[in-house]
Amino acid sequence: MLNVRELLQSIKDSPYELIEISAPHTGVVTFAVTEPGARVSGPSGSLLEKPGTQLAILERERNKKPLSAPQKGVIEAVRTELSGTFVEAGTPLLTIRHYLTADEVVDRILKKALYLFLAPERAKYYFVPEVDKKIKAGGSRSVRLTDGQELFIMSRMKREATLAYSGPEGQIYSVYFRVNENVDTGQPLIGVCPGEQLPLVQEVVAKVRSEWGEAR
Amino acid sequence: MEIEKQIQRLQDRLSYIRDIFGPKDNPNRQLLEARLGEFLARGNGLSLAEQVRQVTQLEDLFRFLEKKLDAELTPMDRVRIVRHPQRMCLKDILENVYDNYSEIGGQDEYSIDPSMLIARAYISRRVGKKVHNQPVMVIGQEKGHGQEFRNGGSVKPWGNDKALKYMRVAQTENIPIHAFIFTPGAYPVEDYPGAAQQIARNLYEMAGLTVPIVAVFSEGGSGGAEAIGLADYRLMLSHGYYSVISPEGAAAIEGKTRQGQRVAPELIEACARQLKMTAADNKAMGYVDQVIQEPPLGARPDDYEFFKLLRGELIRATNQVILSVRGLKFFRAMALSRKSKAAAAAVDPESVFVRWSIGSGPRELLAWRRWIKFRGLAQAAYLDRRTTAQKIFSIGQDLAWSLNSFFRYEFLGKHRKKLERFVEEMEAEARVVKDKVAAPVVKIGRRLGVGGNSQLAEAERDSLTKLSNPEAGTCLTDESWAYLSPRARTDRAVTCPNAATHGCLDLWAPDLFGDFAGVCSHCGHHFPMEYEWYLYNVFDQASIHEFNREIEAGNPLSYPGFDQKLAEAKEKTGLKSACMTFEARINGLNLVVALLAAPFRGGTVGAAEGEKFIRAVERAKKKHYPLLAYVHGTAGIRIQEGVNGVIQMPRCTMAVRNYIEAGGLYLVLYDTNSYAGPVASFLGCSPYQFAIRSANIGFAGPGVIKETTGIDIPPDYHLAHQALTRGHIQGIWDRREARKNIYQALLTMGGRNLYYR
Repeated sequence: MLNVRELLQSIKDSPYELIEISAPHTGVVTFAVTEPGARVSGPSGSLLEKPGTQLAILERERNKKPLSAPQKGVIEAVRTELSGTFVEAGTPLLTIRHYLTADEVVDRILKKALYLFLAPERAKYYFVPEVDKKIKAGGSRSVRLTDGQELFIMSRMKREATLAYSGPEGQIYSVYFRVNENVDTGQPLIGVCPGEQLPLVQEVVAKVRSEWGEAR
Repeated sequence: MEIEKQIQRLQDRLSYIRDIFGPKDNPNRQLLEARLGEFLARGNGLSLAEQVRQVTQLEDLFRFLEKKLDAELTPMDRVRIVRHPQRMCLKDILENVYDNYSEIGGQDEYSIDPSMLIARAYISRRVGKKVHNQPVMVIGQEKGHGQEFRNGGSVKPWGNDKALKYMRVAQTENIPIHAFIFTPGAYPVEDYPGAAQQIARNLYEMAGLTVPIVAVFSEGGSGGAEAIGLADYRLMLSHGYYSVISPEGAAAIEGKTRQGQRVAPELIEACARQLKMTAADNKAMGYVDQVIQEPPLGARPDDYEFFKLLRGELIRATNQVILSVRGLKFFRAMALSRKSKAAAAAVDPESVFVRWSIGSGPRELLAWRRWIKFRGLAQAAYLDRRTTAQKIFSIGQDLAWSLNSFFRYEFLGKHRKKLERFVEEMEAEARVVKDKVAAPVVKIGRRLGVGGNSQLAEAERDSLTKLSNPEAGTCLTDESWAYLSPRARTDRAVTCPNAATHGCLDLWAPDLFGDFAGVCSHCGHHFPMEYEWYLYNVFDQASIHEFNREIEAGNPLSYPGFDQKLAEAKEKTGLKSACMTFEARINGLNLVVALLAAPFRGGTVGAAEGEKFIRAVERAKKKHYPLLAYVHGTAGIRIQEGVNGVIQMPRCTMAVRNYIEAGGLYLVLYDTNSYAGPVASFLGCSPYQFAIRSANIGFAGPGVIKETTGIDIPPDYHLAHQALTRGHIQGIWDRREARKNIYQALLTMGGRNLYYR
């Protein structure tokens, strides 16, 4: 069984992700950021249309290609000794230390703790009537699932089919689809929390949401 | 109570003056402020009689000083007047100018577009002993005294579509249209029917409407104004403006400011002056027929005298348009003629009756006269460097083509066609009879194993059933392009913009811009190409014959610094204007081409470009050739030419309509970036618009959309594929297949006259 507290502790011990930027192809590298400790930002704009901070320029055959930061963070290390030299594809150039946000931490915990049941095809999904009744009466977390249990009605272009749940036993932790809206293939329908971990997961998530410092 | 109302009104007038003149120091305004302030301070201590006396005095002072202030108005002050919520709007006009009206398709915010107001209205009057009710279709933008849902009179595409629908209704009902223009510009969204494409459709339709159209301009902002402004008679209110762009927009371009930055107010003032946008300027240039004098500092909803004047002028204008195309008119036309102002003022327009529905003959004449009127506009706004001899020769040539066209296609053509059709019908009849008679013989023959399909020559059968082969020249061969981009001579690699998503490998420039014709060999992304590439690689070799090269872009408004910019553009590109017109051949088929070249001032269209385009259309019409508008790129109307540029929108569209109506085939091919005015008129009106894959097509660029609507748009918003999805264009072509596709289009598309066959 997964120890959620330990997982959280391990994240707390190193609350960041190290992103290594390496050369996408061969070329002569020139660094735009040279000092470790410099702050960089990732792509911005409502459609992420503005690229992040420029980190380096890689020139091959008089074609200068800018490399920009994929995430917000602080420069951890720059291999300035490579500046002006020819590098092979895949040579590590810099490292960015990206501090995790509360959402990212919750995401990580849930990814480890929950089992996601995915939509097999693009359709509208409903719970079967018995489950639906239970959810309406006691909330989604009152439903216990077992492997092979009939759970969904999949409705597409007026054709309906039942869909059975397959996966570990547990309770429905969260529902990711809405009634009358199409769900694309591969999108999660429900997150299932196996065993008796539910209260623990809830507690940890609440704790992260309230305490995690975003300022870093 | 009455006195309090009067005081309130005075306070309103003062705050209006403050709004109009902005923060500038003005002694007249200060005097008014001081005197009203003094009176208010003493206010209640005075007796009622004394209060009345002083208020009357103050009113006189206001009247006097307002007149004085009116003389000081700068063009930018006038812009503030037309945008002020206290300015009268279309609803006020409907209430006060017409005797009765019903609004159509709208009740305040419950409308497909509350900024476009349509109404059926009546003008009733007693002439002699008879009462006449004359119906009109009123179409106009409604600013609604600052009501938010009216969007300031900025009409969405579906609003313009509604206007078009009711113009057609007016045509069916044979009643005149009164168009009222109160718009700062069209709302720049691309959703179907599309800002640009809808304005183009409106212009195309209005060019051929066979009912009188009278337009009144209050705020005439560019494309939005043109959407309903193509009229037989154009009236303009003395405090209005009619311009290619808002002064703020022009200043943002002049000052090269970036999104979100503020432009200096002095620069905006200067731009407003330089754009020559006032009623007096437009009258002087001939773009409006008449100016209606407003009361000092502009008409407000309670200026009843003004509405009376407007009503008279509307009746007079409508009468005049109708009498200009109708037979029996002598004295009435004379009475309405405005040659002598005094004489005209003496005649009350309400006393002259003209029936506003017209017969079919004059209706055709009406559209023709509208075209003649617009054809004659903006003739002084471009430079014509032809010698007198050249001009005379060109007139002679035109005449010869016209005569040739008449005899060949009208006179002889008609009879020949009749004869051909008759022979065709007879042959078809004869074939049926022959088949019937021969049927038993053929049947017996088949049974005996003679005759039938087996007789088909082997070579013929092969040609019908086998796939084409390289020897026949239908497959790609190793031939290189006739023109190479200068970029193909640089030794460097180029990254495709789609590399991140499609994994395209870097391309070597000589490969990319040479052999690959600027197309990424991995994902098919089209890099922009020079227009020369098309000249050499699309048309038959040495078949291009340019004409009207001597018509040059000028600086009609004497816009400061623009002469130099133009000279630079001419020097850099070797062109004399952004439009190049020529005759060319594709696989031996003749066609006339009008090319808008992006390197010349962004491919902007001014008076010279418009004139050249129209002449090309006329040439195609006379010579019975198909017409191709190849838009290498256009950024819109050239703002430095002001209304001289905007007026090209209706002018060119009318020319195109005449050509298409005469049976011509008009193709549009977009390349690189095509935006604004030209797309919203003579390009967007074509039923056959195609794009090279590199094209971006739209009404306004991303910056302007963000600025005016506040919506963030995705980077691929204007791509050709999006335009195709929205239904704005009819197809997308690969650059390397442009020649083949144009030829194919010439063979398969077109009106009733495919002359080149």
